[in-house]
Amino acid sequence: MAERFLMKGNEALAEAAIRAGCKHFFGYPITPQTELAAYMSKKMPKIGGTYLQAESEIAAANMVLGAASCGIRAMTSSSSPGISLKTEAISYMAGSDLPCLIINVQRGGPGLGGIQPSQADYWQATKALGHGDFQVIALAPSSVQEMVDLVAKAFELADTYRMPAMILADGMLGQMMEPVEFDDNAEVKKTEKPWATAGHGGKREHNVINSLYMMPQDLENLVNERFARYEVIKQNHQMAEEYLTDDAEIVVVAYGASSRVSHSAVDMARAQGIKAGLIRPITLWPFPTDVLQKAAKTAKAFLTVEMSKGQMVDDVKLAIDCAVPVEFFGRTGGIIPTPDEVLAQIKALAQGGAD
Amino acid sequence: MSKNLNIVIAGFGGQGVLFTGKVIAYAGLIDGKEVSWLPSYGPEMRGGTANCSVCVSDVPIGSPLVVTPNAFVAMNLPSFDKFIDDVTPGGVVVVESSLVSKQTDRTDVKAFYVPATKLAEEHELQGLANIILLGKLFKETQFSSFEALEKAVAKCVPPSKQHLLEPNMRAVKLGYSL
Repeated sequence: MAERFLMKGNEALAEAAIRAGCKHFFGYPITPQTELAAYMSKKMPKIGGTYLQAESEIAAANMVLGAASCGIRAMTSSSSPGISLKTEAISYMAGSDLPCLIINVQRGGPGLGGIQPSQADYWQATKALGHGDFQVIALAPSSVQEMVDLVAKAFELADTYRMPAMILADGMLGQMMEPVEFDDNAEVKKTEKPWATAGHGGKREHNVINSLYMMPQDLENLVNERFARYEVIKQNHQMAEEYLTDDAEIVVVAYGASSRVSHSAVDMARAQGIKAGLIRPITLWPFPTDVLQKAAKTAKAFLTVEMSKGQMVDDVKLAIDCAVPVEFFGRTGGIIPTPDEVLAQIKALAQGGAD
Repeated sequence: MSKNLNIVIAGFGGQGVLFTGKVIAYAGLIDGKEVSWLPSYGPEMRGGTANCSVCVSDVPIGSPLVVTPNAFVAMNLPSFDKFIDDVTPGGVVVVESSLVSKQTDRTDVKAFYVPATKLAEEHELQGLANIILLGKLFKETQFSSFEALEKAVAKCVPPSKQHLLEPNMRAVKLGYSL
């Protein structure tokens, strides 16, 4: 086993991306994500890659578009306000079927908001990371080790399905240090990219990367083809962790930082004899509907816990077709809920069920 | 030691608050414990107050944000005032008494007053008041084995500053002797 050492989430994301074969990083500093870019600036030149601090977030995202067009693993990272600036290029990449990785270390919003941890970009990541009919793969790690593990996964999924992937982290995960280990023997799974505009040596027809289609029928056909691909992803790539859900009457649903708080709260509830469990979505898109539907068969109520005003709660209701009540608890603006606060909500739900 | 430690270390930016926390986290890691380290970040890091949460546990750590610490190191007065009431009953409090003139009136915590900056000057350990406090915290909580703490200090002192390793170890032992 490789040695475990302490690493900040932001740095672990960067190291994992380099190990996953990312050769080009285009970024712009913003708290609480800056350590990621700083790490890249130190490491990329040493491995023959590119670290480029662009003149703006918009430029950085468009540079990713350029690099991805050449079939190269490229990425950018930012925090909430910076991600909003990148959405134009992300939409163009989705419309051009380009794989890439975008990392959002979320902070409070809207606007410049604050710099403390938040999960208020869930809607943006899962519903509309730019204009037009498209989705991006959205992965939500809840530990520094999982940040490492999901980076390679994100690149692989993006390459396989030719679409952007996002890791939706938050300031807490980005700033905290936890033990991590890297698999030094991990194989980088690469996909052939015959579509890339990387030179054809006069041996084939040139490739075109484009997102403009003037004929509505052409565009509809293409979007339909893309959505057929999305269905395959929904069928095959839902990921979630289930904790004590087998007999759970109260099922908490939380991802990322708030799932860690919820995990503690579920343990506290169990110690008080309340049958509580936790479902932690790891893929936010595709949303892990299967495990939620399974849990809905035995649960009396669901409670989503988020660091927002409740952006995932609708997806939970849709997943279980409102079979049981779905309540919400959250803090926003950069405040992390406490286990005691979540426990109080679980207890209230448990007592409500006994009436 | 099977007790799970939830530690808050707080003081001015520049006092080595985050470094102190990192040493504790590494010591726990070397002992095979679950650990987490979460800093405050942002403008308060520039001369204001800085704090960090460190968890050392036998079980996976839920929230890394310590709201109710059972061990607290206060390196300045604003930090002492901010966190002293959050310490759980029976908790350990180590106060930098060169800079904090107050004492707590709580009788349900074990408070220790260490004039660390003054001691550092007397023992030619300038800049290592935080490590003296760390030594005292180690004595009162045994957050790791001593061997792990030694290795952790060695790990956290950067290669370019190896000449500081010996004074760091001396500071740990001085704190431990109090």
